[in-house]
Amino acid sequence: MAVVETRHLTKIFKQGEAGAVNDVNLATREGEFLVFLGPSGSGKTTLLRMIAGLETPTAGEILIGGRVVNGLSPRDRRIAMVFQSYALYPHLSVYKNISFPLKAQNVPRDQHRAKVEWASGLLSIGHLLDRKPRELSGGERQRVALARAIVREPAVFLLDEPLSNLDAKLRASAREELEQFHKNVRTTTIYVTHDQVEAMAMGDRVVVLHQGVVRQIGTPKEVYENPADTFVATFLGSPPMNLLEFSDIIVGFRPEGFLPAELIPGGRQVTFRYRVKYVEYLGAERVLYGNIEGSHFESKEIISRLSWTMPYNYEAGSVHDFAIAESDLHFFDRQSEKRCNPKPYPWQ
Amino acid sequence: MAVKHAKVKSAGAAQSPLLGAAMFGPALVYIALIIGGPFLLAIFYAFSDARIGSVHLHYVGLENFRSILHSPAFHQAVQNSIVFTLSAVAIVVICSTILSLALEEPFRGRGIIRFLILLPWVAPVSLGTIGWKWLLDSIYSVFTWILVSLHFFTIYNAPMWLGQPHLAMASVVCVHCWRLIPFATVVMLAGSSAIPKEIPEAAGIDGAGFWRTLFWIKIPMMLPIINVAVLFSIIFTFTDMTVVYILTDGGPFDSTQTLPNLAFATGIEGSDLAAGAAISLFLVPVLVVVAYFMLRMAHRAEVV
Repeated sequence: MAVVETRHLTKIFKQGEAGAVNDVNLATREGEFLVFLGPSGSGKTTLLRMIAGLETPTAGEILIGGRVVNGLSPRDRRIAMVFQSYALYPHLSVYKNISFPLKAQNVPRDQHRAKVEWASGLLSIGHLLDRKPRELSGGERQRVALARAIVREPAVFLLDEPLSNLDAKLRASAREELEQFHKNVRTTTIYVTHDQVEAMAMGDRVVVLHQGVVRQIGTPKEVYENPADTFVATFLGSPPMNLLEFSDIIVGFRPEGFLPAELIPGGRQVTFRYRVKYVEYLGAERVLYGNIEGSHFESKEIISRLSWTMPYNYEAGSVHDFAIAESDLHFFDRQSEKRCNPKPYPWQ
Repeated sequence: MAVKHAKVKSAGAAQSPLLGAAMFGPALVYIALIIGGPFLLAIFYAFSDARIGSVHLHYVGLENFRSILHSPAFHQAVQNSIVFTLSAVAIVVICSTILSLALEEPFRGRGIIRFLILLPWVAPVSLGTIGWKWLLDSIYSVFTWILVSLHFFTIYNAPMWLGQPHLAMASVVCVHCWRLIPFATVVMLAGSSAIPKEIPEAAGIDGAGFWRTLFWIKIPMMLPIINVAVLFSIIFTFTDMTVVYILTDGGPFDSTQTLPNLAFATGIEGSDLAAGAAISLFLVPVLVVVAYFMLRMAHRAEVV
């Protein structure tokens, strides 16, 4: 077990161009499941590959277990990595795939079988040991890749979008298994994903990245409820947070907090006349798209998300009183787009 | 509309057996005339006493084969062909594997180096080999001149690259390798660049160093393509006579005489067509075995 830390870590691929990773400072906690979340091109994979030793940083330091590892090759960093493509060795059987790290690290041969059986048992792939990777399904391949990663009990696990090649149904169960697996082994894990659901569900903490910059580090609850800036606010949550721009501040509120006025529990609230333009029916919920009437935000599309349990009579074209509880409002500075203190806002 | 039309047309082509035969025909005619005809003629001659300049032809049964099998020159040629083929193929495969792995990594000037390496394959064989004949000449050899300048030899005991039996064989093998390595490298490059880059990366993270990644992961994954390169190299080497013919014509003392060159020397230059044909037929069993493996691999590649 070990803690991973980066100090001013920067990667610039082409001189003169914007860096893929810019001045990233972060530290995992012991045994933590840390998620790097960001859209494609946000530098999350590059950051992970630098920690793995597959890319050389342009500047900054990487520490694993308190030791600077910049100069160490991947094999000397005591890490294990699961790639998006799994990168199984196609010419080797599952058994040999899993025992490869043992062989490569000169673990005495008589220990191999026991360790492979332990790892494959943990992931319940014991019956697949004689197969070749091409004879496995996507889910089985993913487990073999995981087994190969844990077999030598690394200090840190690095997972690069390991679920993105699975179909939606399998992904949900694989996610659950992965969580369970982490609970069992308790190895510090860094997990890269662009899927906010994965990030929220699995992460002890989430690092939100955008254009190679860390926008926020926090628990899923923190990044969702107290986004540090407008990027985090709109990137997390689906549909994204509604943002209203005023002269010096931006006010945001989540679609699920923007509800028919009569459904908002007592307390201070802000009420609007809301004209519904069109409705998406999603089964468990309805997503309403519309405008706020009689304000200078008329042209701005505002989204509301209603649970299927709520009474429904919001046809397209109709106008209703919708409201947000004041406590559900988020305030951001107009210039820096960073979170700021609540201010009196001009609609009252 | 145009798309629809084209579709109908191509469907018609697939259904019409006549069109298929017409498309396939030229290839068949070509193979029959250029390869099949001479091959049958060689078998025919091998059982006769055909000679250049004689219009008479008699069936002599296995007489040609019997006399060839008893000829020391033939034994020497078989032995030389084996040495020539095995050593050239080994060198070609090792060098082209190294080159392809080296050329895979991007570096400054890679394009130019790839081009230069391919050059010997593109240049006409005869021209390249004549160039080598001068480079290895007993009087004008550049190599000799360099070695003499460096005081390894004096001009009086300098090596005769094409005039001493072992050296001559080594020279022939080297020149042939020079010609064949580019081709094998291109084949190997296709194989090595087909390995996803995550796989060697994963091996590195799993703890394998450069050599282990090379011998446990990269080369085993390239094995199918290495097989292709080996089989092609065997065919190109075993049947080749250009390099031998131009550099040494089998000499000195038959030390570089290979089967194809011996067949040519006996059948055409020595005007004993029957014996030449019989000698060339001894190439067939080896080529059949190689062809069998090639077809098997092509079939496997199709399945995958």
